[in-house]
Amino acid sequence: MKPALSFRHLVIAVLIVGLTLLPLYVALTGDRFMLTLFTRIVILAMAAVSLNLILGYGGMMSFGHAAYLGLGGYTTAILSFEGVHSGFVQWPAALAVSALFGLVVGALSLRTRGVYFIMITLAFAQMAYYLASGMARYGGDDGLSLETRSTFAGLVNLSNKTTFYYVCLVLLFASILLVWRLTNSRFGMVLQGVRSNETRMGAIGYPAFRYRLTGFVIAGTLCGLAGALIANHTDFVSPSMMFWTRSGDLIVMVVLGGMGTLFGPVFGALALLFLEQFLPHFISFVVRPFNPAGAAKAGEYWQLVLGPLLLVIVLFARGGIDGLLAMLSDKLGRKVRP
Amino acid sequence: MTLFIEQCLNGLQFGLLLFLLAAGLTLVFGIMDLVNLAHGSLYMLGAYFAATFAAWTGSFVLGAVLAILATLLVGMALEVIAMRRLYGRDHLDHVLGTFGLILFFDELVRLIWGPGGLSLPVPPWLDRSIEILPGIQYSAYRFAIIVVTLAVAAFLYVLVMRTRIGMLIRAGASNREMVGALGVNIKLLYTLVFGLGAALAGLAGMIQAPILTVQIGMGENILILAFVITVIGGIGSIRGAFVAALLVGFIDTLGRAFFPQILVELLGRQAGSTAAPALSSMMIYILMAVILIVKPQGLFAASSR
Repeated sequence: MKPALSFRHLVIAVLIVGLTLLPLYVALTGDRFMLTLFTRIVILAMAAVSLNLILGYGGMMSFGHAAYLGLGGYTTAILSFEGVHSGFVQWPAALAVSALFGLVVGALSLRTRGVYFIMITLAFAQMAYYLASGMARYGGDDGLSLETRSTFAGLVNLSNKTTFYYVCLVLLFASILLVWRLTNSRFGMVLQGVRSNETRMGAIGYPAFRYRLTGFVIAGTLCGLAGALIANHTDFVSPSMMFWTRSGDLIVMVVLGGMGTLFGPVFGALALLFLEQFLPHFISFVVRPFNPAGAAKAGEYWQLVLGPLLLVIVLFARGGIDGLLAMLSDKLGRKVRP
Repeated sequence: MTLFIEQCLNGLQFGLLLFLLAAGLTLVFGIMDLVNLAHGSLYMLGAYFAATFAAWTGSFVLGAVLAILATLLVGMALEVIAMRRLYGRDHLDHVLGTFGLILFFDELVRLIWGPGGLSLPVPPWLDRSIEILPGIQYSAYRFAIIVVTLAVAAFLYVLVMRTRIGMLIRAGASNREMVGALGVNIKLLYTLVFGLGAALAGLAGMIQAPILTVQIGMGENILILAFVITVIGGIGSIRGAFVAALLVGFIDTLGRAFFPQILVELLGRQAGSTAAPALSSMMIYILMAVILIVKPQGLFAASSR
């Protein structure tokens, strides 16, 4: 019998409360940088949540998910460039473009399996990347700056950093809620069933392709919204946000956090961006006693640690952070009730 | 016409170069069932080694040979330390683990050689043009690339199809346990195959070093092309990789050279010149998507994998 409130639930509750109260911390300490960092974390967590729907629950190893970030971002930026500043137009357009791209890519690539699927999703993302690089009117390789953030006719003012953070956070929670409702619905059950055994699901009458495609489009659309947010966050879009290593980062977040778990991708995004931010300082700190002069320089080579760390996580901690939490709750739970 | 022939030769040269990368990938893919994103890092290492060793020894050829040997050793060490643990796991694990290795190698190169790129000059005896057909001049270095890569392709064919090692490689690909049970040291065989793939990648990097700048991340773009080739050709098929590499080499080179003009003719100057750069970069990916839609297992599907 599992305890009603496990350690894992506790951590998730702390995470939710912590994310909600972050602006309070920023207001008290004046640490504006944390707000910028966490806005980015929240937006990328949303992208990871969307990828998790197809990667974790649907077993579709898409290697081109960053394309939707770019599509959503570029739709917003291009509309803004052409003089349409209203978020009521920009965001639905970003969603529509991403959904359409997802529909076309999904319909074509879901015919293939395994490595072929990985590579064809990658190929489509590369096409989007080169398309963006080739659009001379919209900056080409150099990218495109946004003059103003999306406007919502006095409803919310996204230029206020705290407001923008809360908009992102609410949307992140909404997407987690959506994924939770979806995966526990009939649709989600079929999607997970198809992941485990497609033949069997086919035999009892479910058209696997259609369910997969629906999941693929939903995930893409959701990620497109994250793209619109990231364009507003950085006030800038460029093709590099669609480069294949960006898609790799998203996969890392999902797996690092725990595939096929509700809050795993949030943990993953948090962990990866924290590593990116604080690993250099940590390395300097460790090196300092041995070599005080080279400590700051050593911190620059943080990826030398991150790379093998990823490999070690893949080899020894497949469940990711969420799996670790589940294991800890199991142990703690047993201690409480022998 | 001269331009067309020259571009065809460039396409052939680029295709053969891509074959070196794709052959290593497809061997590792087909035999160990391993998706190795770090293959591009080995290519990068090959280029860095070549530039360094050539500067040390003062000889281009000696530097090249040392670079290939060094990449071979790095590849074998990499297999023993890391890759071996990834066999038999999910493709997702491969992608993630080797993605981590890319970060590692990029940073390692930055640590050793610094953030600035290196350059490897073309040796004087190849730095000229030769008349390959009456009236057609072509760069001696590029022509040498064609000759060397063709020789390597022939060597690979003989190695895999006509020697005992090749027989074991092919047997290992179809049934690992059985080959092991017959007393073959399958672990050593895999290390050798991975080392061979690494050496081919190193050779490709060394060859490209005088043409491009040797820089961090140079493997990341070409890696995707090599993957596209293995997928178009059918995973595990060296013959498929060869055909697909030439196809991609020709389409990419000729596309970049002539496609913009064609588009300008078709769409008019304004629209044509805007659309051309994006479309010519996308062509290979469009080709791959079309091939996979028509033949989901690639052109020369080796097995049901």
